[in-house]
Amino acid sequence: MADGQHPARDQHDTFFLRDPAEALQLPMDYVQRVKRTHSQGGYGSQGYKYNWKLDEARKNLLRTHTTSASARALYRLAQKKPFTPVKYFSIDRVFRNETLDATHLAEFHQIEGVVADHGLTLGHLMGVLREFFTKLGITQLRFKPAYNPYTEPSMEVFSYHQGLKKWVEVGNSGVFRPEMLLPMGLPENVSVIAWGLSLERPTMIKYGINNIRELVGHKVNLQMVYDSPLCRLDAEPRPPPTQEAA
Amino acid sequence: MPTVSVKRDLLFQALGRTYTDEEFDELCFEFGLELDEITSEKEIISKEQGNVKAAGASDVVLYKIDVPANRYDLLCLEGLVRGLQVFKERIKAPVYKRVMPDGKIQKLIITEETAKIRPFAVAAVLRNIKFTKDRYDSFIELQEKLHQNICRKRALVAIGTHDLDTLSGPFTYTAKRPSDIKFKPLNKTKEYTACELMNIYKTDNHLKHYLHIIENKPLYPVIYDSNGVVLSMPPIINGDHSRITVNTRNIFIECTGTDFTKAKIVLDIIVTMFSEYCENQFTVEAAEVVFPNGKSHTFPELAYRKEMVRADLINKKVGIRETPENLAKLLTRMYLKSEVIGDGNQIEIEIPPTRADIIHACDIVEDAAIAYGYNNIQMTLPKTYTIANQFPLNKLTELLRHDMAAAGFTEALTFALCSQEDIADKLGVDISATKAVHISNPKTAEFQVARTTLLPGLLKTIAANRKMPLPLKLFEISDIVIKDSNTGAKNYRHLCAVYYNKNPGFEIIHGLLDRIMQLLDVPPGEDKGGYVIKASEGPAFFPGRCAEIFARGQSVGKLGVLHPDVITKFELTMPCSSLEINVGPFL
Repeated sequence: MADGQHPARDQHDTFFLRDPAEALQLPMDYVQRVKRTHSQGGYGSQGYKYNWKLDEARKNLLRTHTTSASARALYRLAQKKPFTPVKYFSIDRVFRNETLDATHLAEFHQIEGVVADHGLTLGHLMGVLREFFTKLGITQLRFKPAYNPYTEPSMEVFSYHQGLKKWVEVGNSGVFRPEMLLPMGLPENVSVIAWGLSLERPTMIKYGINNIRELVGHKVNLQMVYDSPLCRLDAEPRPPPTQEAA
Repeated sequence: MPTVSVKRDLLFQALGRTYTDEEFDELCFEFGLELDEITSEKEIISKEQGNVKAAGASDVVLYKIDVPANRYDLLCLEGLVRGLQVFKERIKAPVYKRVMPDGKIQKLIITEETAKIRPFAVAAVLRNIKFTKDRYDSFIELQEKLHQNICRKRALVAIGTHDLDTLSGPFTYTAKRPSDIKFKPLNKTKEYTACELMNIYKTDNHLKHYLHIIENKPLYPVIYDSNGVVLSMPPIINGDHSRITVNTRNIFIECTGTDFTKAKIVLDIIVTMFSEYCENQFTVEAAEVVFPNGKSHTFPELAYRKEMVRADLINKKVGIRETPENLAKLLTRMYLKSEVIGDGNQIEIEIPPTRADIIHACDIVEDAAIAYGYNNIQMTLPKTYTIANQFPLNKLTELLRHDMAAAGFTEALTFALCSQEDIADKLGVDISATKAVHISNPKTAEFQVARTTLLPGLLKTIAANRKMPLPLKLFEISDIVIKDSNTGAKNYRHLCAVYYNKNPGFEIIHGLLDRIMQLLDVPPGEDKGGYVIKASEGPAFFPGRCAEIFARGQSVGKLGVLHPDVITKFELTMPCSSLEINVGPFL
């Protein structure tokens, strides 16, 4: 539940809905907790100390990232007592009202992973990312401090691209902020680590495709679909697996 | 992500050493910045306007550095240098102090008229400052960056900086009718009323974006000095009278806006960054703001606050094992001066006014991890044991996809957003009958609605692949969106297939339906809880060649030969038959 003044909404150009314009059914006790956290603080936070407006939060829009779906799933998880650890993933469509060009479309897909458990650390997030990207055939990884409004710490994941001879960003990740998790009702010592990446970008890098319209939409060349080989990410050699936590 | 452009050599001079591009890139990476581009003014102009316009422009190397959106203290060269020097332990973080003036304190009086339009204002003075051309440019740039970033394009806060020596306090911040406001604005040669200015700026590429903030209000905000000189008309433009130059020695800063917290943060950032150039380094002269209710406050707040975090919490959250003393050292490198107190396990951290981004202990945990070095943290796997499950609807979709391909159909991946025409006119229906979800701010007609059927996407795919050999047999299994009176809107998983050839191939599409039902274990025959097709009609279909599909007691879709009008409207030339069903009932 981001708001009009918050960087999370601004960061992406958003498609708002004219019809239906507003979400009518919201769990009001949750809404109150979110409002209080934004405007006054709470759960150990200073908050942002501004006027959080319900009308802004009610506005329907097409999701700009699948984190909103993860947040919903975590809220549902929080209503189930007692807490049980989970690992979720989603691969689904997102929408951005941005200027279109060779590598940008209004719709594309995001991959998102989430682990919720007691005592998760940044080291765990890095370990999970290492295993995840290894399965995609991406092994040389570096992590860079980053900023997301809803995660802290946050990390951008970089991988060395042999062809381009430089480090390229392959994903974004972080530990969800308590201000996001606690109003949902998740227990205080539960940490949630999450990561996400786009589906199209790594595909384009892997197959050397320059225009995203060759992959998504009605302008895709059917001959390419007919002729493509199997996608075998595990056909490349792999390094030894990550150690288990001590 | 905000980008700060700094002259490389100035940067290295301030840092006290030079770096190769690779070394500096590495330093940025470690700290959480990104060296996005190495360029020069000449290169930039060359790229945007061609080599001719670029001739004579500066060759000076510029570093474009991406800065996290919540780090307002890194938005200028001064802040970047300070942050990096403290990070590398080359300097101790300067302490910012608010001081009382030798003479009278500058006053800004807010009248009640501002309440309805832009109620908040804060102010401060930078005394005996020394600018060079570069420092001056940096000062102007920082305001612009803050305007774009935390100020949300001036809507929340607007900054005005003025040559104090050209003015005489106390200052009044009020709101007046546009026709009653008249002054010579920056960069103009004569006086204009506010109405005239709003008109003039409609064609100003820079200012036209901010006019809407006050345009339609009955009163416009305006700040006067005691002689009636206009300092500024926030958030649009400052007055020319008090313009700052390289020679300005004393600066009066005012920040007005609709968000009090952000106005205070913005003021704190400007004064902390540039008080470096004041004679009494890192001191800021106080100003008093009197609110309409008569209460007065002194600004800038420049508050330092203390937070306490347990050392073991930091270790636990990051996954490291550092002593509390080491953790305190790491945090100090991040401009969060820390020391171990109490039982030896608590760390007391001083949060400076430049770090408004620290609002929870997790922000401190991140800074400790950055100073430790993310890439030094040991990677481990969580012990979390879970049993996995695929989302049932997606599992079914995956199974169906493979067998659709086995039946000789090729998958398409089409857009969920389309024009109204695509789902209505071109299919012979009215848009109001479709119960479609409408987008309020589409940039083009291609994004007017969310699709209510998969058919247009497949037909457009055929149209884009006209040269391919026939028959073209395509399918897609994906979501459509329909308005719902309960929840607003709902997604439905549809399966759609088309057969495009010199003959319509109704029997092929019918055969495909039979195969799909076989795969879904739905027997033929309505009475056995199975499926049946019944002759039907539809504006998208050829009369007499359309059927509705009933399975498990409900209508799940239609199949048939497409009407020639539909074919033509999608720019196709051959007959086509289609099948579309809702997969949900078969879960």
